[in-house]
Parts: sequence; C-alpha cells; structure tokens
Amino acid sequence: MTVLQIERAGPGMSVQDLGRPGYIAEGLSRGGAMDRIALFEAAAILLAQQVTAAIEMPQVGGVFSTNAPIRFALTGAPMRADIDGDPIRWNASHILHPGQRLRVGAALSGAYGYLVPAGGIEAEEWLESRSAHFAAGVGGALSAGDSLPVGVDPRPEATLTCLPLADRFNGGVVRLLQGPQTNLFDPETLNRFLASEFRRSAQANRQGVRLDGADGFSSEHAGGLVSDFILPGDVQMTGEGVPFVLMSECQTVGGYPRIGTVLPADLARVAQAPVGAPIRFELVQPEDVATAAPPEAAIFRDLRSRVEPLIRDPRNIRDLLSYQLISGMTAGDED
Amino acid sequence: MPLDTPPATPELLAFRTDAVVVRFALQATEAASACVQSLYALLQDNWPEGVVEIAPALASVFLRFDPDQVAQTDLMDRLQALLATQDWSHAKVPPPKRVWTVPVNFDAEFAPQLAEVAGILNTTETQVIKQITSAEPRVLAIGFAPGQPYLGLLPEEWNFPRLPELSPKVPAGALLAAVRQLVLFTNENATGWRQIGQSAFRPFQPSSSDPFPLHPGDAVRFTAIGTEEFRQLIRDGADPMGGALCKVQS
Repeated sequence: MTVLQIERAGPGMSVQDLGRPGYIAEGLSRGGAMDRIALFEAAAILLAQQVTAAIEMPQVGGVFSTNAPIRFALTGAPMRADIDGDPIRWNASHILHPGQRLRVGAALSGAYGYLVPAGGIEAEEWLESRSAHFAAGVGGALSAGDSLPVGVDPRPEATLTCLPLADRFNGGVVRLLQGPQTNLFDPETLNRFLASEFRRSAQANRQGVRLDGADGFSSEHAGGLVSDFILPGDVQMTGEGVPFVLMSECQTVGGYPRIGTVLPADLARVAQAPVGAPIRFELVQPEDVATAAPPEAAIFRDLRSRVEPLIRDPRNIRDLLSYQLISGMTAGDED
Repeated sequence: MPLDTPPATPELLAFRTDAVVVRFALQATEAASACVQSLYALLQDNWPEGVVEIAPALASVFLRFDPDQVAQTDLMDRLQALLATQDWSHAKVPPPKRVWTVPVNFDAEFAPQLAEVAGILNTTETQVIKQITSAEPRVLAIGFAPGQPYLGLLPEEWNFPRLPELSPKVPAGALLAAVRQLVLFTNENATGWRQIGQSAFRPFQPSSSDPFPLHPGDAVRFTAIGTEEFRQLIRDGADPMGGALCKVQS
C-alpha cells in the first residue's frame, strides 16, 4: 500500500474533500475544503474525472515522504515548495519518489494550500466523506508521524501539467446574494455595508471569518429573533453588528441575523484572503444569478479545458540527462 | 399583531441558489412551531421533485434542491401551491411517528439548577420532575451541534430566558431548560440554559451506524431514574443509547 508519510505538519492540517451534504436536519453542516475550487483545480491538473481527498494546509505546509512514487498536485494558496531542495511549481503536478522529501513552506499569498495525490488520500470515510469536521469532533488535525494511505493512481504515466495561478488569494470584491433575512436590515444599513471596505480579521477558522474595518450593522429585529437556517457564505452580524462570513463548518441554525450570502463561487476568495486583506461586497441581482454563479460542474469543465503541460525550467532539473526531451508532452494514454 | 398569530400566508424565501426557506414567524411562537411541524410532515409525504433535503427549525422549514433537476422559481411556485392547500392559522401538531423513552436522573448532583427552576415556576422540585416526565415534548429542531435536539414546546410558564452568565462546563447528556424548550447536550459545553437533569443518552453517536438516532418530529418521554441505575448507565464505555428506547407508532 502506498502511504504518504508526514514528517512535519503545520497547525490545523487536515484531510478534506467536498464534505457531507444532506445532514442539515441532523444539525451537521457540510464541512469539506475551505477552498473547494482548489480541489477542482487539483483534479483538473491530475487529469482526473473527479475530486479526491486532499491534505488541507492552513497558512503553512509540512514535510512529506513516501514509500512508492506518488503523482500529486499542489493547489490553493501558493506556498514555497521543493523536492529535495529543488523548487517546484505551484498549481502543477509533480512526482514524489521514495527517498525524496517534499517540503511545503509558508503561504506566499492566500491562506489554504492543498496537497492532492492522484489516487486521493484514503483516510477513513464517515458518512461517505473523508473530511475532518473539527466542529463536529469528526477526524482531526494531522501531525508529524502520521502516515496516510494513498489510493491507486488511475494514470501513473500521465503527463505532468499545470494551470495558471488564479487571482483569489488577496481578497477583493465578492458577490453577495440577498438572503431570507436581508430585509431584517434597513436599506441604509445594507447600503453602508455594501459601501464599506473590510479587512479579513485574524479571528478566523473553518466555521467563520470575522471582518474588521467597519461595524454597527445591526438589525432592529435581532432581539428575540428565532434561530433560523444558515448556509456557508452567510454574512452574520453579531450583537454589536460585527460581520462574520460563515464558512464550511458553520452551525446549521443560528440566532444572529444574516445580511446576505456570498455566492458559492466567490466563497473561496473569502477563505483565501490573508489576514488584513481587503474584502468588499457587491450585491448581485437574483435575475443575474444564473450567469453569475456557474455550478461547480461548469467550473471543473472550464479548469479541465485550461490545463497545460508542465514545462520545467532546465536550470531546476538536477537529473536533466535522464529526461526525454524530444518526445511529445502527452503520455499517449489521453482519450 | 399578537406574538402567537402566524402570518396568514407563510413567507417563501429564496436562499442562496440552491435552497428555499418557508418562514412562519421571526420569533418562536407556539403557532409557528405547529405550522413548521405540520408542514414538515406534509413535505415528507409530498416530497417535491428535485429537493435533496428538508429540515425544520423553530419557525421555518428549509429545503435544498438540485438546480440541475428543478429551477428555484419553479420549486417556489410548487411550494406556494402546496402551502395554499392548508389553513396555516389553524395548523395542528401532527401525531408523532416515533416515541422515545429516555431515562434521566434528577439528583441535585446531576440537576444543579432544578431547584432554581422550581423557584421560577413557583412550585416544588418534585412537581417540576412530574411536569418534565409527563410533557412528552417533540424534537422541534436539531442543531447548534450535530444531533443536538431542541424539544418543546413546554407550557407558557416555562418561558423563562437563558441566564446572562454562562455556566462554563455543562456535561454531555445534560438536560437543559429555557424559553419553553429543553435541550439534551451532545457534548460538554458552556451554556446559559439551566441544567435540570442528566441522561446517559447521547443524541450524536459518530461511531454508530446511525449517528443521529433522533429525528425531527419524534416525541420524547423522559423517565426519572435513581442514582444507582444512572451510575450504571454512565459507567466507562457505556452504551451511548443510555437506556433510551424508540418505539415506532403504528
């Protein structure tokens, strides 16, 4: 069995896939990767048909080794990475051989990096997902000494590929949908919210991200408001009117009013905003939502169409002579 | 508008691009709770096409759908038609499909605020225990923590607020009361609810094949058990069912 050995792990590192939808009535939020797009990027880079379980690395990576060759992708927040000291490209696939060490350092921008073996991390499944759900006490943080089973790579000979780095790692404008409770806020409060420039607070985890820079976004209905449903992306106002964007492991119901919901396609931008990065909200009209919010299947299709062969800088290739430099970039097994 | 009057027409609200909320009230009321329980039962028997999950809360019902199978506006039209078939000003709590019996210990050690609640209700602890064990509240919602039930509604005199000061360490299994509801804690937590008993039953059992034994709409009959029996139930490695039994109604 192929295993990925963790020799060093940054804090809060965990196994994540797309989570467990379908348990709101049981009080369990979907959970799963903070940056879902990064998992689709990894699947595209690995020329895979679907997303597999990844290692999510908040802020900083770790040191990894293996007992058998592993084709893997690094996606999400770009981090300094090397194999045995040779720098390797982010948002690309590579091969880690037994005896080599993959080092993933601190994020250069963004917040969550992902290490995704082509066969997926085969951590134990619970309710059809391998995601650790910290808030529910399911699974937990990975640490040095852990060795994770890796699934069989369906295409071990596949070409190594890459994707251009996306621009969601420095905050920016995120689109907001009106939600069931938007009308509990008066129009002046909503307008002031939309005109404010926030900064991602250091107070953030897999349940929610606090925004600094402006507050006092209170609703006159907040007192005595009955608990109602929450979805990831909801922008909740605390009693003092401080905004929190609720994330992957948010509660399923809550009593604080929510001014709107970040479009699912834009939630990764909030997750990946580094501490202090600017965040602004732009209201999208319901009639524009169909075009503004491509489903994840469409996002994945688009990513797959943009994958390119990885061209390595010869200066970084230690064993240059062993490379086949004249053959085509395809492995010959493409369909 | 009096608090207990539900709107003549429940509000149908789009939520994100893949969900809809039917809201009966902004505050917890007996009438809204009856509407929610009634609609939740109605939807179980008339599951709308394209809907992938349905959940009740205290005053609203949540439906998530697959946008590839149904458009949000079409689903809302269909729900509007379904809502129009009922008179929501006279909604009744439907009979339970399942009734649980859950043993609870009410010794002072495991019910630190029972005396205080008796004081609020202007009665004796024995009478409070009698009210709890004869109430047969319903699982109104599960939330805040996975599997954690909110049960109710208790009679109006139980409409006392949460404590302003949090009790820092309330154990898993604690039976807590506030605002006409009971909560059965799945995990140790801080809370402003008052602990009036303790159960060995764990409503979240991650290692079990059925991690969430309680379902919304279930009725729960609490039975008082003595110290010895309770200690036996909470001994190390004890069964997370903690003596709880579920009976499906025919």
